[in-house]
Amino acid sequence: MTDPGSQAELVRHSLRRRYRKERRFRFYGIAAIAVALFSLVILFTDIISKGYTGFIKTTVTLEVHLDGELMYLNDASDPDQIAMADFQAPIIKALQGYFPDAVSRADKRELSRMTGSYASNQVRDLLKENPGLLGSTRTIEFPAHDTVSVYVKHAGDPGYSIRLSEQQQRWTDELVRKGVIDNGFNDVFFSNGDSREPSNAGILGALVGSLLTMGITLVIAFPVGVAAAVYLEEFAPRNGFTDFIEVNINNLAAVPSVIFGLLGLAVFIGVFGMPRSVPVLGGLVLALMTLPTIIISSRAAIKSVPPSIREAAEGIGASKMQVVLHHVLPLAMPGMLTGSIIGMAQALGETAPLLLVGMVAFIVEIPDGFFSSATVLPVQIFIWAGSAEQGFVELASAGIMVLLAFLITMNAFAIWLRKRLERRW
Amino acid sequence: MIKPYKAIAIAAFTSGLSLVSASALARDTVNIVGSSTVYPFATVVAERFGRSTDFPTPKLESTGSGGGFKLFCAGIGTEHPDITNASRRMKSSEFEMCQRNGVEAITEVKIGADGIVIANSREAEQMDLSLRQVFLALAKDVPDPEGGDTLVANPYAKWSDIDTSLPRKDIRVMGPPPTSGTRDAFVEIAMEGGCKTFEFIKALEKKDMRGICHNMREDGAFIEAGENDNLIVQRLAQDKEMLGIFGYSFLMENSGEIQASTINGVGPTPDTIAAEQYPVARSLFFYIKNAHAGVVPGITEYAREFTSEGAWGDNGYLVDVGLIPNPRDVRMDTAKAVRKLKPMTGNEL
Repeated sequence: MTDPGSQAELVRHSLRRRYRKERRFRFYGIAAIAVALFSLVILFTDIISKGYTGFIKTTVTLEVHLDGELMYLNDASDPDQIAMADFQAPIIKALQGYFPDAVSRADKRELSRMTGSYASNQVRDLLKENPGLLGSTRTIEFPAHDTVSVYVKHAGDPGYSIRLSEQQQRWTDELVRKGVIDNGFNDVFFSNGDSREPSNAGILGALVGSLLTMGITLVIAFPVGVAAAVYLEEFAPRNGFTDFIEVNINNLAAVPSVIFGLLGLAVFIGVFGMPRSVPVLGGLVLALMTLPTIIISSRAAIKSVPPSIREAAEGIGASKMQVVLHHVLPLAMPGMLTGSIIGMAQALGETAPLLLVGMVAFIVEIPDGFFSSATVLPVQIFIWAGSAEQGFVELASAGIMVLLAFLITMNAFAIWLRKRLERRW
Repeated sequence: MIKPYKAIAIAAFTSGLSLVSASALARDTVNIVGSSTVYPFATVVAERFGRSTDFPTPKLESTGSGGGFKLFCAGIGTEHPDITNASRRMKSSEFEMCQRNGVEAITEVKIGADGIVIANSREAEQMDLSLRQVFLALAKDVPDPEGGDTLVANPYAKWSDIDTSLPRKDIRVMGPPPTSGTRDAFVEIAMEGGCKTFEFIKALEKKDMRGICHNMREDGAFIEAGENDNLIVQRLAQDKEMLGIFGYSFLMENSGEIQASTINGVGPTPDTIAAEQYPVARSLFFYIKNAHAGVVPGITEYAREFTSEGAWGDNGYLVDVGLIPNPRDVRMDTAKAVRKLKPMTGNEL
């Protein structure tokens, strides 16, 4: 028996339950977002709290008397003499100015471990470029030794162990008090390539390498991907063969990235004889990896262009090519760019395929072209994270921040481009 | 409106162009591949070399010893590496592979040694272990203690269960994770060495034998400590029952707090490691492709920097990174051979 009164009663009764249900449903959604945000906050706090010290360098500023006698050098323009000279001596002498008691061999050895291992190279390079400075006194800023830097920055932090001897700790405290040892902005980090010495290591080499590699990836993957998508969507006949291609492209998008590295190793290095470790090679491999993503998203973008646009253009007598180039492509461009940026972001963070083509390497020089050895940002972070020296811990986190900044810049550029293109149509 | 089309055309053209110019490329940077154990030493030399000479800093890839030989022996020409590092000697099969591919003249350079120690706190009793005992304590499956040629899941909980002469303490050992070169070496030298003392395992196919010997315990007696050897040292100082596995250089730096166990009666010292008396030690090498010297600038100069007393000598900078130098007469002979680029004959392997 159904009477309208009880029906309304039923609805009224269930109404509260249904509202509750909806509220619960909304709550789940909000909770999901909260979980995502929370993990993001944890991630960022961890990286930033560990990594911000990577942007700080510890320096030892000394008044160095460039005494020729001390260095066994009487003509700084003579390369033979330069090769045989002792450039560590004046640095030790300058430090002895603060600690006149440190004269034994062991003390001198400890003094020489206050500045970074390449401090003497700094003196040598200065004299090599300006031989006239021999005999003068110069104020030179040296990077502090890794152990000194860890002590100054992280004394008391249980995550770090202090490797300085008690004597060196006393010296360091004294020099900090006198302002000889000081912290400053780590410009070295942004102007150097990799180094085994944390105080000399920089991200610039990897940054330039990433830029070059991504450039190649974009230049290859984007036009090829778009062309493939346009042909498949607009011109290709619908038959078994194109279906076969479509299935394969979709499968390719799911292939683990390391497979593309193997392909690069076999084809680009094996068959074409390309050199290892160069951005062109890395870019090609990553382009192959990104290609399916770009094709799939471009096809979706082309599909979403309303048929009325095509029909209208055809109606006023445009050829098929004119329809595609003048109307469909510009309208689909924002969607294509979104797909490309997802593919590029994935490629930017990739290390596995690059391992096989030799881009996971110790490279000190900043790459100066598409054919000079290079490494990329995630690889640099990986190398630092695995290094024994404690100073690399903070550098790895600082490197992650640079990688994220790179990614955000890239995304922002794509969004800006998309906005511009959207406005025109 | 034609813009996207034009951009695509230009992009396609430039990418084509860059592909064409990829072939035929002279190289001015020394390319080095090979062992991850030698990598920390070689990178230090490479960086010093790059900073103190006018040559560019050599490029180093850590591919593992075997991977290094594969690349190195692939042929002559600038697309192939010039030097490969190895934490073991070249095998005769690898030498033949090199010969087959035209890499005929190869100079072998033995750079020094590397030891792996099993240590505990100085406040605890010093252990004297044999490789067989190390294997029995740490392998996942061990030969049945009841006898017979069958394997059982490791039943040993205390050291004294293995041998009554060992202390009545729980077996708890911290060691490096599988990604570490120290772990590889430990497994290959210590575990395999102890494992092969059982005749029936030694008689197995190499692959099956390795499967048994290289499998570490997963029931908590062996603890993977992460790559940070400092952490292991700190734990050992706190926990007297614990043993740790790490590179010799860490023992050297922390000898105030920890002591090394003797293995087969020999303790790790620079002398016993260099003389290969200490069983868990291996020599480190690099190999130069002679045909590339003079073609790629800087190869001989790099090798000379590596073999200079300032680098690999008793007070050289490589000792700071943990290298155990060869005896001085060996160093002198090797350095001379490097200057002349004396090729290997293949008979010494």
